[in-house]
Amino acid sequence: MQELAPSPLPAAAREASAAGRDLSFSPQIGDPILEIDRLSLWYGEKKALKEISLKIPPKKITAFIGPSGCGKSTLLRCVNRLNDLVDGVRTEGDIRFEGESIYDPNLDINRLRKRIGMVFQKSNPFPKSIYENVAYGARIQGIKKKTDLDEIVERSLHRAALWDEVKDRLDESALGMSGGQQQRLCIARAIAVEPEVILLDEPCSALDPIATARIEELMQDLKDQYTQVIVTHNMQQASRVSDYTAFLYLGELIEYGDTGKLFINPIKKQTEDYITGRFG
Amino acid sequence: MSRSSPKPARRRSDLLGDSFTALCGGALALNLLLVVGILALLAWNGGRYFWQRDLTELTMKDGKKILGEVWETEKRPTEGQRAGVDRLRLKTGNRDLAGLDFAWIDRKDIASIATPPKALLLERLEYGNFYGSIREIHFDGKVVANGGDASWRAFGPLHEKKRVEQRAVEKLEKGEIGEINAAIESLRLGQKKLDLSTLPPAEKAQRSAALAQDLAEREAEYQKLADHLSAMRTALERDTVVLEAVDGTTKEIPLSAIVQAIRPNSMSGIAKSGLYLHRIWSFITDDPRESNTEGGIFPAIFGTVMMVFLMSFAVVPLGVLAALYLREYAKQGPLVRIVRIAVNNLAGVPSIVFGVFGLGFFVYLIGGSIDRIFYPESLPTPTFGTGGILWAALTLALLTVPVVIVAAEEGLAAVPRIVREGSLALGATKFETLWRVVLPAAAPGILTGMILAMARAAGEVAPLMIVGMVKLAPALPVDGHAPFVHFERKFMHLGFHIYDVGFQSPNIEATTPLVFATALLLIIVVTIMNLAAIALRNHLRKKYAGSAV
Repeated sequence: MQELAPSPLPAAAREASAAGRDLSFSPQIGDPILEIDRLSLWYGEKKALKEISLKIPPKKITAFIGPSGCGKSTLLRCVNRLNDLVDGVRTEGDIRFEGESIYDPNLDINRLRKRIGMVFQKSNPFPKSIYENVAYGARIQGIKKKTDLDEIVERSLHRAALWDEVKDRLDESALGMSGGQQQRLCIARAIAVEPEVILLDEPCSALDPIATARIEELMQDLKDQYTQVIVTHNMQQASRVSDYTAFLYLGELIEYGDTGKLFINPIKKQTEDYITGRFG
Repeated sequence: MSRSSPKPARRRSDLLGDSFTALCGGALALNLLLVVGILALLAWNGGRYFWQRDLTELTMKDGKKILGEVWETEKRPTEGQRAGVDRLRLKTGNRDLAGLDFAWIDRKDIASIATPPKALLLERLEYGNFYGSIREIHFDGKVVANGGDASWRAFGPLHEKKRVEQRAVEKLEKGEIGEINAAIESLRLGQKKLDLSTLPPAEKAQRSAALAQDLAEREAEYQKLADHLSAMRTALERDTVVLEAVDGTTKEIPLSAIVQAIRPNSMSGIAKSGLYLHRIWSFITDDPRESNTEGGIFPAIFGTVMMVFLMSFAVVPLGVLAALYLREYAKQGPLVRIVRIAVNNLAGVPSIVFGVFGLGFFVYLIGGSIDRIFYPESLPTPTFGTGGILWAALTLALLTVPVVIVAAEEGLAAVPRIVREGSLALGATKFETLWRVVLPAAAPGILTGMILAMARAAGEVAPLMIVGMVKLAPALPVDGHAPFVHFERKFMHLGFHIYDVGFQSPNIEATTPLVFATALLLIIVVTIMNLAAIALRNHLRKKYAGSAV
């Protein structure tokens, strides 16, 4: 058990800390890249996340699992502050990315989102050509030179294991690709801006098993360079791909630990019930 | 109704459903029939006008002869006889001799009907068609041909020569003389501007003298050209033909006043078809003559197309920006809902109200201010302070902007939230997301709005009558004189042309077919503009959507 480093916590969170929540099940993570600290979130009156604290290690895959509506996607969308766009959302607590609060008013939110990429549940390529999809982030950052863009596009598509399939039709619309290809294109698009973290929000929920396997393979390939956080409702997937797993239920973090341990020997009864299929 | 198949008895609701289906189908069929009917009616009535009918010579029972084209026959209702009396409507032309173009003839008064092969039709620049024959041709002060056949043979080459001269005169009038007139006008305005300016008197006098000298030079030049022109005109009018109608009356007119001479009764089908196409072409490409009853309608086509294009350039940015604010930036709430309802209702405001607004706001307020600031030397003659193509286009842009707003809003709403989030998640700002992802994806929807707006604008007449549309524009809004595009000029419009030709013309009988032809052309012009916009939209759809969607 490692003590939480003293940090400028909001008052409410500090009280919660004083109340002494049991964090004994958390894994030993020395130098987290992301630190979620007593994060609570309300949609209007409804409290969707309840004082969640967890640390995400760098260059590992962390999975959030739990039944529908447990808040795992909401938690993920807090990390790049995409929930800010939703009307009536209010948060308390803090998330630190490389030690700095993402809720810092001086923080450039667009720069944050550049550093924390995201892949969505439903593939969402822009209605543009394959090339333009991948080059989008670079163009946003003001890269105009054709040779630079070409290099970024090719490198990203290679990294996403898509290059060989699409190299002859880069100018065609991205919407003409298959579902699995579109999802890998979205991954290529995300890594084209060279993020440090990639958030994956149920990236395979709309894909067939073969396309799913390719995405999972790709995630393993990307581990050397990127921290990945995946939300999935598929427990086999979580156990296959992830190094750490967090189980959320009704907005609460029930258990967080090493994937192998959590699936084989869960500490909490609820976790055991969920992973053995007794509910959810 | 009995059936052999063992089907259960039809339920009542089934019958009701079937008859309702039939009713719906019938309504659709009726609508289609109406559309096809309109097009067929316009095409038949308009197209027939250009076909050259045979010339018919009627010998009446009292010995009088009448030559003309039979346009229609009908029963004249009379007292006593229930069946009525057959009568013919004959286009007899020769307006300068008889005063009327058309005559009604009762069939019972006709002794014999013939189609003489040598009957001649002359299209003239003035007084409409002439039917009859050529008796003599006077050329270079001598009688070079005498009698019908000799004159007909001699006519062609001489006429061609005169037409060349006629074109030279027109070129001189429109080209060089037009330029000198424009130069003189600008010098005069320069003088007035100088008078209004606050320069020291010495410099004023010096500049004024320079201007006056320029002006004198230009005027001398103009005088020279004008003398030349009048000499050419005299030469043109010296050579004449003596025409003879079937009743023996004669008329002498200059050769150059004749557009074309034909003998329709001896023309082959191919020759007539050629003439038909030629007439349609002239109708589309020529300027109108004789207070719009003859000649072509090119200025009206040009005015309509240019006005609609100007309108599109104004309405698309205006509508799209408004829609962007309403859909993307404004906080959705009761106020936005009210604005949206108001925008929709704006589309229902009678168009003449927009015309009145355009007159008050664009013409008098904005145009008047422009005149006071930029063209004080021309006052009291207004430049922008009077109706013109720009004001007409802007007025119609206001009229059609609700259509564009609604379509653009729908287009924006159709872009999925997840696509926007995808862009934001890559570090794009809201503006970058809108500009690079949302707007391109919404472009087809926006273009749909533009297409609807164009169709509406092209057919609108009422508001234009008070903001710059005229019966006869002296010049096109685009020409060879700097600045080449003249937004302040008045313009002609096909819709108004239909009204003017059909109902305001001095010769309504002759021009009724032109109404149909012009209406058909208006539909064709609108269709072509819409097809162009649809092609653009499909191109964008393909570019942005791909085959999967």
